[in-house]
Amino acid sequence: MENKSIVSIEQCSREDILRILRHAARFEERPNRRLLEGKVAATLFFEPSTRTRLSFETAVNRLGGQVIGFQDASTTSSSKGETLKDTIRMVSNYADLIIIRHYLEGAARYASEVTHIPVINAGDGANQHPSQTLLDLYSIQKTQGKLTDLVITIVGDLKYGRTVHSLIAGSSHFRPTFRFVAPEELKMPDEQKHYCDKQNIPYTEHTEFTEEIINQTDILYMTRVQRERFTDTEEYERVKNVYILKKDMLRHSRDKLCILHPLPRVNEIAYDVDESPKAYFIQQARNGLFTRQAIICEVLGINHLI
Amino acid sequence: MTTKKKRELQVAALEKGTAIDHIPPQEVFKVAYLLELDKMESNAITIGNNFPSKKMGRKGMIKIADRFFKKDEISRIALVAPKVILNEIEDFEVIRKYPVSLPDELVGLVKCNNPKCITNNEPMPTRFDVIDKEKRTIRCRYCERKIQKEDIVIK
Repeated sequence: MENKSIVSIEQCSREDILRILRHAARFEERPNRRLLEGKVAATLFFEPSTRTRLSFETAVNRLGGQVIGFQDASTTSSSKGETLKDTIRMVSNYADLIIIRHYLEGAARYASEVTHIPVINAGDGANQHPSQTLLDLYSIQKTQGKLTDLVITIVGDLKYGRTVHSLIAGSSHFRPTFRFVAPEELKMPDEQKHYCDKQNIPYTEHTEFTEEIINQTDILYMTRVQRERFTDTEEYERVKNVYILKKDMLRHSRDKLCILHPLPRVNEIAYDVDESPKAYFIQQARNGLFTRQAIICEVLGINHLI
Repeated sequence: MTTKKKRELQVAALEKGTAIDHIPPQEVFKVAYLLELDKMESNAITIGNNFPSKKMGRKGMIKIADRFFKKDEISRIALVAPKVILNEIEDFEVIRKYPVSLPDELVGLVKCNNPKCITNNEPMPTRFDVIDKEKRTIRCRYCERKIQKEDIVIK
């Protein structure tokens, strides 16, 4: 780790990732550990994100720590025009750790530069959300029994999907093969494709979401196709139902196929898929708790106690 | 006397100082701005533009008397004028001649193009990593957005 804060997945080496996942597995065995006794974590949510906040706050609570913070910046002094720097330095007087969610990109990195306490990025605009990537990797490892040599098919909004770009970077250490499935307007940007080329990561691109692709897949990572991403509403209407996973599409899929989704889902995974043992997205969110416990201990330098 | 020398003399013979040559004509005033020449009060400064050039058709040139630049002061001009040649002059003679190249990091110089970047919403200097000196591609340290040379906006 470059420093004690975690602001991006790119800063994590292969060893960092494997260590965090190892520790997450121990928390899954025994989630209630009083490793944060007497410690205070601040959850600063400048934009609301109930799911992520509950996950982090549960992680702190199950580790025996206390939580302070806010879940909506409109009630804080930042709405009076206080700079982020002042807010962060003020909170640093009280807390041992800052968990920050911000609508501005780069906010978490900047926060980590102006304080002496560790900062965990819980999402900065469309930029980074490293704990999501780590919990995705944990879910992959848990369901497949390994991280290496897997075929990962990513479906939906590959252009703006933050979790998708981070997943590529995070899994790049483990010899993945990617299948990118997206409408023309939302296809994988050149930057990510160049990244794959540079790292010798094989990938193929598809506009059709077919059973044939699913049948060759180990990890099916679904994302939401959002109306507001389209310049052309007609185009949205045309593709909105194309990237929907239905149960009968899983007929000939691999036994260990695992369906992931960063959630919330809208209609991209039909509800009949939920009955399939291959639907893993709710457990995936649960894995977020253990992964975040491991991340918190990592940045506080107490992972040797786990 | 060579043609080159003659042309320099047409501008102003520099006894001691720095002559910046081969500036693209449209970038001359940006270079002056980047070097904060407008804030220099005691040095004699000559700015010339649209001189004929064998290499580039037309070129600009700036001469600053009694002033030598450190590498990190001057390297920023490579942002707008990557092929510039720097001549350091003493006693009317060029004592050192070298091309400028971009530094690894640009602090407080370039504006991030991403309106949702923290640097556009907080009183703080921008920081860019130069990821390709040849192509002049830079990346914001904060929002991680890449900017190509044609989209670079000087603050």
